[in-house]
Amino acid sequence: MAATEFRIWRQDGAEGEGGYRDYTTDVTEGMVVLDAVHQIQAESANDLAVRWNCKAGKCGSCSAEVNGNPRLMCMTRMSDLPTDRPVTVEPMRAFPVIRDLVCDVSWNYEVKKKIEPFEPRPPDAEDGTWRIAQEDVERVQEFRKCIECFLCQDVCHVLRDHHLHDEFVGPRFFVYNAALEMHPLDTRDRLASLKQDEGIGYCNITKCCTKVCPEHITITDNAIIPLKERVVSEFYDPLKKLFRVFSGGSRA
Amino acid sequence: MEQTPYEYDVLVVGAGGAGLRAAIEASAAGASCGVICKSLLGKAHTVMAEGGMAAAIGNVDERDDWKVHVTDTLRGGQYLSNPKMAEIHAKEAPERALELEAWGALFDRTKDGRILQRNFGGHRYPRLAHVGDRTGLEMIRTLQDHGIHRGIDFHMEYTVFRLLLDDGRVAGALAYDRERGRFRVYRAKAVVLATGGIGRAFKITSNSWEYTGDGHTLAYDAGADLIDMEFVQFHPTGMVWPPSVRGILVTEGVRGEGGVLLNSDGERFMFDDIPPLYKDQTADSAEEGWRYVVGDRDARRPPELLTRDHVARCIVDQIKAGKGSPHGGVYLDIAWIKEKISNSEDHIRKKLPSMYHQFKELAGLDITKERMEVGPTTHYVMGGVRVDAESQMSSVPGLYAAGECAAGLHGANRLGGNSLSDLLVFGKRAGEYAAAFAREQGDIRLDEAAVEAGMKEALEPLEREGGEGPYQIQHELQDLMQEKVGIVRIESELEEAIEEIGRLSDRAKAVSAPGNREYNPGWHTALDLHPLLVVSEAVARAGLLRRESRGAQFRDDYPQKDEHFGKVIIRAARGADGEMVVEEMPVEPMSDELTGLVEEMG
Repeated sequence: MAATEFRIWRQDGAEGEGGYRDYTTDVTEGMVVLDAVHQIQAESANDLAVRWNCKAGKCGSCSAEVNGNPRLMCMTRMSDLPTDRPVTVEPMRAFPVIRDLVCDVSWNYEVKKKIEPFEPRPPDAEDGTWRIAQEDVERVQEFRKCIECFLCQDVCHVLRDHHLHDEFVGPRFFVYNAALEMHPLDTRDRLASLKQDEGIGYCNITKCCTKVCPEHITITDNAIIPLKERVVSEFYDPLKKLFRVFSGGSRA
Repeated sequence: MEQTPYEYDVLVVGAGGAGLRAAIEASAAGASCGVICKSLLGKAHTVMAEGGMAAAIGNVDERDDWKVHVTDTLRGGQYLSNPKMAEIHAKEAPERALELEAWGALFDRTKDGRILQRNFGGHRYPRLAHVGDRTGLEMIRTLQDHGIHRGIDFHMEYTVFRLLLDDGRVAGALAYDRERGRFRVYRAKAVVLATGGIGRAFKITSNSWEYTGDGHTLAYDAGADLIDMEFVQFHPTGMVWPPSVRGILVTEGVRGEGGVLLNSDGERFMFDDIPPLYKDQTADSAEEGWRYVVGDRDARRPPELLTRDHVARCIVDQIKAGKGSPHGGVYLDIAWIKEKISNSEDHIRKKLPSMYHQFKELAGLDITKERMEVGPTTHYVMGGVRVDAESQMSSVPGLYAAGECAAGLHGANRLGGNSLSDLLVFGKRAGEYAAAFAREQGDIRLDEAAVEAGMKEALEPLEREGGEGPYQIQHELQDLMQEKVGIVRIESELEEAIEEIGRLSDRAKAVSAPGNREYNPGWHTALDLHPLLVVSEAVARAGLLRRESRGAQFRDDYPQKDEHFGKVIIRAARGADGEMVVEEMPVEPMSDELTGLVEEMG
C-alpha cells in the first residue's frame, strides 16, 4: 500500500466549531487506523488529540468512528478498509467533544457509581473462601470481559439520538448489571432500579450495541433480554403483584 | 496560584493495581484520599497483565506455601531482592487474592470450586490465580468498581510533573490536565507513587505511552534513592510482525499451556541451555515437559518456563546465530498440542482467548493452527524507588512508592505473576502506612515560589519559539536505549549511551511544542522527556557499574556472575550539584529463617 487519504475531525474545545481536515500518509503492511493517526500526528498535525493506551484491544481507550462505524482504532486494520475513498475518522458522536478525536465520557463514570455495588454472600468455607463451579464463573465471564470502550453507548439510539442520559444507563451498564445480577456470590437486588432509574424499558432490542462490541459480548441476547425478563417477572407477574399488595411490599 | 489547592491526607499518583489498592486502604483507614491518573480510570497497564497473580494458596498442589514462594522469588531475583519484602509478599499474597474475590473478582476454578492456579516460569508449583488470559482486567475492574464507592476522589487524565516539599518532607504535587492543559496544585500530608514503569525509554516495548518513569523521577528529583535500575526485564515473547504491533505482549501463559519455542530449523532450542541453578527443576525431555503441563506432579518444568531473563537471551542467541524467523524472532507454537489432545483448538481458544483474538485481528494468524513469531520486548523494570520493606516509605518522609515504580521485591529478575501480587500486597501496605503517617502530621506549608516556578518551567516548551520538536529527541533516546542499553550490554556502548543521554538532555531543555494548552500531545511529550532521560541515565549508569552478568543484566564483556556483585545493589541518587551519583550498597541481610529455607530448598 502507499499514500492514503484521511479525513479527520478537528475541533478546538467543546464549544469550538468542528470540521474535517484532509491528510495524506503512507500506509504500510499490518498498519491499523491508530498507527495512521499517530503517523499523521507526528508528520503534519502535532497537536492532533487522540486517546489511546494499550494498542492491543485490551484497554478500550481509542474508541472512534471510522468510516462512520464505531470501532477501536487499534483493532481496525487498514487493509480491511476500502481504498477508493478517504478514510474518515471522527470522535464518538454520542458524547461531547473535548478536542479532535477525544470526547468527554465522564457521564459513564457517574452512572456506574449509582449502580448498587457487589455484595457477596457469607463465605462457604471456614477458611473464609467460597466454592464456585467453573460453569457459574463462565456464565458471567462474558460480561466481565467488557473493556469499557463505550462503543455500545455511542451507537445506542436512546442515547445518541434521543439523549435520554438522565433516564437510561445504556448497554454498557446493562452488561454491568448483568455481571452483578448473575454473579454467583452476589446478594443484592437491582431489578427495581433497572426498571425505575435505569430505564431498561427504553431498549427496544435493535442489537446495534451487540454489533459494535469489540469483545464480542452478546449484549442484547445475553445481558439485556434476561434482565428485561427478570424485571417483567418481578413487577408484572400477577401472582407476585397480589403478594406485594398483601404483604405491604414497597416494590411497585 | 492559579487556583485553590486540592487537599488530601493521602494523595495517590497512579491508578493501576497498586495505586487503587493503596487508595482503598488509605480511605478505609479514615484518610481523605485523592487519586491522580494519566488516563481514564481502568485503563492503566495492569489491564494488560495476562497470566495471573502468584499466591501460594496451594489449591492445585498442597505442597505449596509461602516458604516455597519466597525461595522461588529469591532464586528468580538471583538473591539481590530485599529478603524482607520477598517474605512479606509471599506471606500476604494469598490473603490479597482472596480479598479480591470478596470484592467481586471471579477467578477460574478447580473441580471442587476453589481458585484454580496455573504454572508459570520460575514457580515450583502451579501458583497463579487467573481468569483465562485476562487476569489484569479482572483485577483492575474489581479494584475500580470497589474503589468508586469508597469516597475516593479520582482526577482522570492529570499528569503529576513535580512533587512539592516542606522542610524535607512531602507536601503535595503539581499536575496538569491533558484535556485542557490547566495546572492543579495538590496539598497532601503523604503521597503514594504508583506510576508503573519506564518501558517507553526503549523502542520495542509492551508498555503504552504512559510508562515514562514519572514516579521514579518525581522521587529522584525529591531526593529519594533509586535502586536496581540496571535490571530491565525484556519479556521473551512480544509480537514481531506486523511492524505496527512489534512489542505487544504474548503472555507466558502460552508456554504455561504447553507452547514451545522453535528456531527456523524447527529445533526446540530451549533444551540446549539450562542454567545450573535450575538444572534439578527442569525437564529432561519433551515428554516430561508435556507431563508437567498436564499436571503430572512428578514431572519437572519444560525449559520454556525458565525465568524470563534466560529465555529472552536464548532467543537473542538463536536470532544472532541466523536461526531466527523471517521477521527477526523465533517461533512460538501452541498449535502442536493437537498431537496430544483431541479438542486442541477449542482448548486453546478457551485457555488463551485474548491471545487468539490478538493474533487473529492484528496479524491475521490463527494460533490454534499456526506458529506465532515472537521476540523479546521491554516489559518491566525491577528497579525503582528504594523503600522500607514494611511501610513502603522512601527516604523522603511522607513519600511512599508501591508496585513497579518501587524496587526491592524482584531483585535482578522478576518472576511472572509476582507483579500482580506485588501491586496488591505493597499497594495495601503503602496506603495503610501513608494514612498512619498523615494522621501524625500537623499543618503542611506549600512553597508558593516552588509552585510558581514549576508552572513557569512547564510552560516553557509552549512559549519557546523555533526550538527542536520533542518527538525527535524521544525517538533518538528510544533507539539509543534499545541499541546500547538493551538485552546485551558492553562497557564501551554503555559509556557512549551515557554521553549521548547528556547531549539529549541539553537538547531537551530547548524544545518547542507548537499549539495551545488543550490536549496537546507535543507539549506532553516535551514534558515527558525529563523523566525518560533521568531513568535512562540511571539504567545506563547502573548497568555500567555492575561489571557482571546476572538476572536481567547481561554484559558481553563480563559474561559470568561475580561474587562481589552478588552482595551489592546499585543506588542512584541526585548529587549535591544536581548530577546523578551511582554507587554500590550492600544487599539487605537475610534473616536466619530465610537463610535456612534457601539452603533447604536449594
